[in-house]
Amino acid sequence: MTNRQMTSSETEQTDDQQPNPTPGTDSLADRGTDIGVETSSRDDPATVADRTIIESRDLDVYYGDDQALNGISMEIPEQQVTALIGPSGCGKSTFLRSINRMNDLIDIARVDGELFFREKNVYDDDVDPVALRRRIGMVFQSPNPFPKSIYDNVAYGLRVQGQDDNLDEKVHTALERAALLDEVEDQLDSSGLDLSGGQQQRLCIARAIAPDPEVILMDEPASALDPVATSKIEDLIEDLAEEYTVIIVTHNMQQAARISDKTAVFLTGGNLVEFDDTTKIFENPESDRVEDYITGKFG
Amino acid sequence: MSQPDFSHDGIRTARGTAFRYLFMLCALLSILTTVAIVATLLIDAIDFFATVSPVEFLTGTRWSPTNDPVAFGVLPLISGTLIITLGSALVALPIGLLTAIYLSEYASERRRAYLKPALEVLAGVPTVVYGYFALVYVTPALDTILPLSTFNALSASIMVGIMIIPMVSSISEDAMSAVPDSLRQASYGLGATKFTVSTSVVVPAALSGIISSFILALSRAIGETMIVAIAAGQTPRMVDLTDPAGMFLDSIQPMTSAMVQIGTGDIVGQGAAYKSLFAVGLTLFVITFVMNLVSELVASRYREVYR
Repeated sequence: MTNRQMTSSETEQTDDQQPNPTPGTDSLADRGTDIGVETSSRDDPATVADRTIIESRDLDVYYGDDQALNGISMEIPEQQVTALIGPSGCGKSTFLRSINRMNDLIDIARVDGELFFREKNVYDDDVDPVALRRRIGMVFQSPNPFPKSIYDNVAYGLRVQGQDDNLDEKVHTALERAALLDEVEDQLDSSGLDLSGGQQQRLCIARAIAPDPEVILMDEPASALDPVATSKIEDLIEDLAEEYTVIIVTHNMQQAARISDKTAVFLTGGNLVEFDDTTKIFENPESDRVEDYITGKFG
Repeated sequence: MSQPDFSHDGIRTARGTAFRYLFMLCALLSILTTVAIVATLLIDAIDFFATVSPVEFLTGTRWSPTNDPVAFGVLPLISGTLIITLGSALVALPIGLLTAIYLSEYASERRRAYLKPALEVLAGVPTVVYGYFALVYVTPALDTILPLSTFNALSASIMVGIMIIPMVSSISEDAMSAVPDSLRQASYGLGATKFTVSTSVVVPAALSGIISSFILALSRAIGETMIVAIAAGQTPRMVDLTDPAGMFLDSIQPMTSAMVQIGTGDIVGQGAAYKSLFAVGLTLFVITFVMNLVSELVASRYREVYR
């Protein structure tokens, strides 16, 4: 596996604009090593994976007087898996929730700076967070299916968003993509709460992808699951990245290394310390603090 | 080496036993009182049913305990109670539920902090005050737009409704606040509006609590005495349920105020009129008892739907 040399700093990425990576055996090396949205050709389908879909510029988030995020600037590429890692309280979940404005639901949360989704600042006054969230799905830390049937759980987002034509077909497709259909096909009318924890989380993933969002945010989606269920979720995430942009918060560094293309390391005080290709972060990080964190000397 | 001493301490043991019996006595006291009340009701009611047959009591359509010819048909009183319950339900259930949704889902922390206690003050107003308010303010005000009798079911049931709003809103709000926040987050995350989150997630998940709040509030309305005794009048009549105007605009008499009339009237001795008090009381007790039972049942039946 070749490590492509990237220059990077805390807040910005420069692009060394190499041509498409040489086909490798490793999917990490295979996918999206180039970033640099300014220089990549937007019209070439081959480079779609290099486009930036979400970009934050100097994003600060405060909870009352406490600053949870400090000047975060990063560009998240489309149709890749981006992992946000770091110790507890480092702001990684806060950053995730600022992307679909879930922080709006917290009375005392306040946001400064800009966050662009396809070049539109989602904190502009004319943005309705309800409309925004319809294009960005979310999966939460512990499985939270509604106390409704499996079918109604998956159909919920479709109904809310008025996409209720061909409902049966869409529900089946979503369950199939979430690798759950085979297990629940004959019990679609039974409660989502009757499933096991791992199945519930895949149900929540099916629910999130049913309305066909462009981005899927995952907030430690496997932290409440056993190793077998976790590995199913991880396989699923890699499959999803073929169609969706996945941004995943995880406290599990091995998980980030296994499934992500890009990794952002948040350390104390809501600072983004390093953001680069996952292989680079785990094998040769720029920052000594990141290296200490990765190797377990800190955090 | 000597062994540690774990032997019984006589005083400590005796004190423990004493407290146990003291607490048990207090618990028994209230149970015994209830049993005694029910027993009294039963004994006097059975006495009454020796002179008036239960069939006549339960199916008779005329209530006239003192004026000749006397008649002891409880149906007019039950229909009066029904009207008050219906009217107060129309006021309290929608307002109470919407208030609960507002408090639980829409109000900010700060606003809820003073609105909720303010609402609960409503529950602390003595019902006699509500009764006079209905008679002295509500009836004259409504009289300007409706052909009302001085004593009528309308203002009494509105007032009973207002009285039970805090019961509905408070219990429902507790049930809604108990719905896990993770369900709201899931719904918001799928692009639902606050209204959709409230109606498609929170209310269904809190349904058992909401329904039991309804039933408890209605059984409170059924048992309400002062307001109806003051404002609804004392005309025991069969209410025609197909005629809403006649139902509400004129004077009626529910079970409770019939009991007040007998209890405070100039009935002497131990005649059937006096004993009928207990028969009506027993009927009332059975109705509210069954409703509370249903409420318990509903609450436990649906409790496990979400955890």
